[in-house]
Amino acid sequence: MSRGFNSVGPREKVLRYVLLAFVLLITVGPFLWQLATSFKGPGEDIYTATPRFLPEQPTLGNYAEVARAIPVWDYIGNSLVVAFLTIAGNAIGATLAGFALARLRFRGGKLVLGLILATLVLPGEVTIVSQYVTVRELGLADTLVGVALPGAIGMLNVLLMRAAFQAIPRELDEAAYIDGANAWQRFVHIGLPSVRGMLSVVVIFAFIGAWDDFLWPLIVLTDPENYTLTVGLQYLNSSFTSNPRVVAAGTMIAFIPIVVVFATLQRFFFRGVEEGAIKG
Amino acid sequence: MPAHRWFTPWLLVLPALVWLAVFNLWPSLNTVVLSFTNAKPLGGGTFVGTANFQRLLTDDQLADALLNSVVYMLVCLPLLTVLPLLLAVLVEKRLPGITFFRTSFYSPVIASAVVVALIWNWLLEDRGAVNGLAQQLGLVSGPVPFLTDRWLLIFSAIGLTVWKGLGYYMVIYLSALGNVSRDLHEAAAVDGAGPVRRFLSVTVPGVRNTMLLVTVLITVSALRVFSELYVLTNGTGGPGGRDMSVVMLIQMYSRGFTGHLGYASALSILLFVVTLGPMLLLLRLNRKGADA
Repeated sequence: MSRGFNSVGPREKVLRYVLLAFVLLITVGPFLWQLATSFKGPGEDIYTATPRFLPEQPTLGNYAEVARAIPVWDYIGNSLVVAFLTIAGNAIGATLAGFALARLRFRGGKLVLGLILATLVLPGEVTIVSQYVTVRELGLADTLVGVALPGAIGMLNVLLMRAAFQAIPRELDEAAYIDGANAWQRFVHIGLPSVRGMLSVVVIFAFIGAWDDFLWPLIVLTDPENYTLTVGLQYLNSSFTSNPRVVAAGTMIAFIPIVVVFATLQRFFFRGVEEGAIKG
Repeated sequence: MPAHRWFTPWLLVLPALVWLAVFNLWPSLNTVVLSFTNAKPLGGGTFVGTANFQRLLTDDQLADALLNSVVYMLVCLPLLTVLPLLLAVLVEKRLPGITFFRTSFYSPVIASAVVVALIWNWLLEDRGAVNGLAQQLGLVSGPVPFLTDRWLLIFSAIGLTVWKGLGYYMVIYLSALGNVSRDLHEAAAVDGAGPVRRFLSVTVPGVRNTMLLVTVLITVSALRVFSELYVLTNGTGGPGGRDMSVVMLIQMYSRGFTGHLGYASALSILLFVVTLGPMLLLLRLNRKGADA
């Protein structure tokens, strides 16, 4: 976008970078402060009136302490199981339904679409109580499958995949049809290759959503052995031995994996944004 | 359109339809049914008429929660409508390193609300960095009770919601800014309009629809606030439990042996009624956006 009139003069450039640095300090500063705290040794006074950023006695001990205070490896494993089930369900279920709704004309298709749109009016928190009852009646209360199941096919994801399939030119489909391709072949050879961008967006957000979720696992899970990482972290903070250095290490254990995933896949995300693919 | 066997599309939408029925439609109906019972989290429950709804009217904690939500929403709304737009304008130009800044500004969005609240807990507590800094600069003489005073706690929650939401709405605005005509900007510049003037008379009208969408999104999400307040108060709901949100109450009545799913369902229906208006507007705006 930096062409002609829109090019930036030297003074404006300096001003822009100053502002960018300022916002960077506000948005990323708290994370860095937490990261620094997580490395501070037990002999360090972390409450001094003049807060020091860099640890004086840097240590990884707080991370080991997290594992002693809560079974953090089990919690990470639990979160990964939930994330995996959620990703698999959305990647498969939303893609198949999105394709059918976008590219195949069928009796009742409009009705299905209408029902899916209607679910958007329901915030998840409204149905959470009876979703819990449903999961309990399926015998899945206090299980990881019970945590993952309701979100395993998100209706919003179906709509996103439908939008992506709709963007494929009709002619491609018709040419393939004339060549004798059936619906399944058109799905595999024309549909899928064209929606990889949106599929990555759905996968990224399925992972983030599952990894970050708090309210639903808090309601479904009762046995501390089954806790996901977010629920376990809250437990770490409220335990009477609560030590800010250890809590800091715990939050970093939950935050760093998601930063890595997002940083790796962010180009798909921001490309999608610039194409206007992501709407509210 | 090419023909296919009649059941093929149904086969493809079947999994999604099952999920829709089991985890959306049925729970919606069942919420209504449950709200007329005294069901417990462990099972059972009998019809109790409108007792749960009568209880809503006299629940002091609910009155507090609704007041909290309204204050929370009214403060979040202007801040989260305007600040992310300014941010989007700032990161719109493709300067060297801009991807790094965009990704960094987005990092609070991808962090779990629990992680965010724990980080701010540490920053805002009596002996935390914010109080330390403020005292160092001589701004205050004693620690500010950000987390133990009823209204300061709400404002702390607002602060971290705005901080966490900036990047999310920035991205929505960023996608809208791409559609603002460059010619208009150029014409305004030729007419001698400065950056501020151009922002107000070209950019803002250009993203007006998105702005409306953003305000609706903020309204709905403000009414659904949960994790931030829950973690900031260690699950206690603040001093005297007066900083509860409606979702915190739903959560509270959905858990443990003493839980009351019937009353939690009545609270859910109340939440639904409160969010219905903005949600319908959102759906309308979204559909218009999809047609455009």
